[in-house]
Amino acid sequence: MSRYIIKRLLSAIPVLIGITMIDYLIMSLAGNPLEMMVGPRISQAALDIRAIQLGLDQPIYIQYFVWLNQLLHGNLGYSISSYQSVSTMILDHIAPTLLLMVSSLLLSYVIALPCGIYSAVKQYSKMDYAIVTTSFVASSIPSFFLALLLIYVFSIKLGWLPSNGMVTLGTSFHLLDLVQHMVLPVLVLALSFAGSNIRYIRSAMLEILQADYLRLAKAKGIGMKKVILKHGLKNALVPIVSLIGTQIPLLFGGAVIVEQVFSWPGLGLMTMSAIISRDYPVIMGVCLLSAIVVLIGNLVTDILYAWINPTIELR
Amino acid sequence: MNTHESMSHMIVRRFIKHRLAVVFTIIFLVLSLIALLAPWIAPYDPNAISASFSAPPTNLHWLGTDQIGRDVLSRLIYGMRISLLVGICATLISITIGVILGLVAGYFGGIIDSIIMRFTDMVMSFPYILLVLVAAAIFEPGLVSIILILGFVDWPGITRMVRGNVLSLRESDFVKSARIAGLPRHQILFGEILPNTVAPILIYATNVLAMSMLDEAALSFLGMGVTQPTASLGNMLNAAQSMNVLTDKPWLWIPAGSLIIILVVSINFIGDALRDAFDPNSAQ
Repeated sequence: MSRYIIKRLLSAIPVLIGITMIDYLIMSLAGNPLEMMVGPRISQAALDIRAIQLGLDQPIYIQYFVWLNQLLHGNLGYSISSYQSVSTMILDHIAPTLLLMVSSLLLSYVIALPCGIYSAVKQYSKMDYAIVTTSFVASSIPSFFLALLLIYVFSIKLGWLPSNGMVTLGTSFHLLDLVQHMVLPVLVLALSFAGSNIRYIRSAMLEILQADYLRLAKAKGIGMKKVILKHGLKNALVPIVSLIGTQIPLLFGGAVIVEQVFSWPGLGLMTMSAIISRDYPVIMGVCLLSAIVVLIGNLVTDILYAWINPTIELR
Repeated sequence: MNTHESMSHMIVRRFIKHRLAVVFTIIFLVLSLIALLAPWIAPYDPNAISASFSAPPTNLHWLGTDQIGRDVLSRLIYGMRISLLVGICATLISITIGVILGLVAGYFGGIIDSIIMRFTDMVMSFPYILLVLVAAAIFEPGLVSIILILGFVDWPGITRMVRGNVLSLRESDFVKSARIAGLPRHQILFGEILPNTVAPILIYATNVLAMSMLDEAALSFLGMGVTQPTASLGNMLNAAQSMNVLTDKPWLWIPAGSLIIILVVSINFIGDALRDAFDPNSAQ
């Protein structure tokens, strides 16, 4: 087991290096900070001096190593538009995004687990049909359109819920206020996650229900309920853990559009405004951070997977 | 029971069993036909400006007119054409890249496989939507860029799947015998292995098509995809970002959004029925 973990950690290193390279390459492809300075009042000589100051006269691989060195010292660079350090900006915006995404993922499992299991146990029943059809529709609705529909109904027509931001402006923090602001964005995200999660859990459960040991349990006549709860669910845990693992990237990248529609003050909204104002250091900082989180997520999933399921081949 | 039923016959029979999929296939075909024949079906030129601005639906304009007086129904028909075009072209690009890389990685193995798969891991590590948004910010928005961006970002999943398939097929008896018979590599790869992975690729393609259409809609909605005056289902929804349109002019945004849902649901159901139809473990 520990050999497997070490091996898996080692294989992540080239991917990590590759990620920093792609990140740097995109940043240099996107443009050169000098272009922003070019204008009638700046002479060529001034530009050249600035290029030397910024190290832009060096070949690109040297620039990459300089950047990497800074990165290892925890310096992600500075925003072009606000001059704040990118790491501070990310730290300031990460909490609202995590709050939003963790609640949405939890709600989606609360919806998807019972629906998926019920659907698998009662395969080909009317209810199964209805659940699967609904899940298809839920994952086919563009999240921003669902957001607009919900805002139209609950904020504009009924006036029940706020559609903008995280707290009511000009008031002091109040838990109920926060929850009210969370309802619509969490609903949009949870429904779209639940759509695919239901089908995933259903097929994982179906596979297990057809396994020999479950047929045996059924044949022994220990009762359907006990079969499902005792043998089925326990084994369904393996695919569910890997499902959670594949959804870790969503914690960071999944909410860009929904945050934009609801003006939720998180990482997504910050990234979106950086993208619009072409604030590359911020964009690249976020990309790098999320890529690393994904990498760690995959690692943890693989290791957990191997730990839960001892039959997996550890190679 | 006819035991000598041909493969294609069996697949069609199993597909038809999926009633809902048949209904949605018909809907999808009709919508595609409307999109294809847009110049003959649309009542107006999608970019022609009439005298009425933001007018609600009337006999003249069945779905009303937009803020600068263009017929919404005509724009919807042309928009659907563009959205389908973007989705299909992007899917073709990503499937081509994904299949070629997956075939090469799986068949040759060794260092080539390692390089391709590590690169795939790297691309997959970046959240998909962030990559698309960043690429959309770097390149000028427009029809061609959006097709290329979606096409070039969405291939890693296909590569992984095709590689996995090739790995298991490579050890199968018919490929081994082809190798012993001395068939050249490219012939084994494209003549023996590829035809046997067509079914999963096709199923995956429906997934990618649905995803691409949703992404086109999202990007155009944010103003980073298909740009005005060309209509796409996504950029027609862009208008709903204004409170005035969202509250008082539902005909400007509800039809476009509903059409996206219908198209994507249809594609997903077709994919689901294909999965059942091709599944060798399926009951019948």
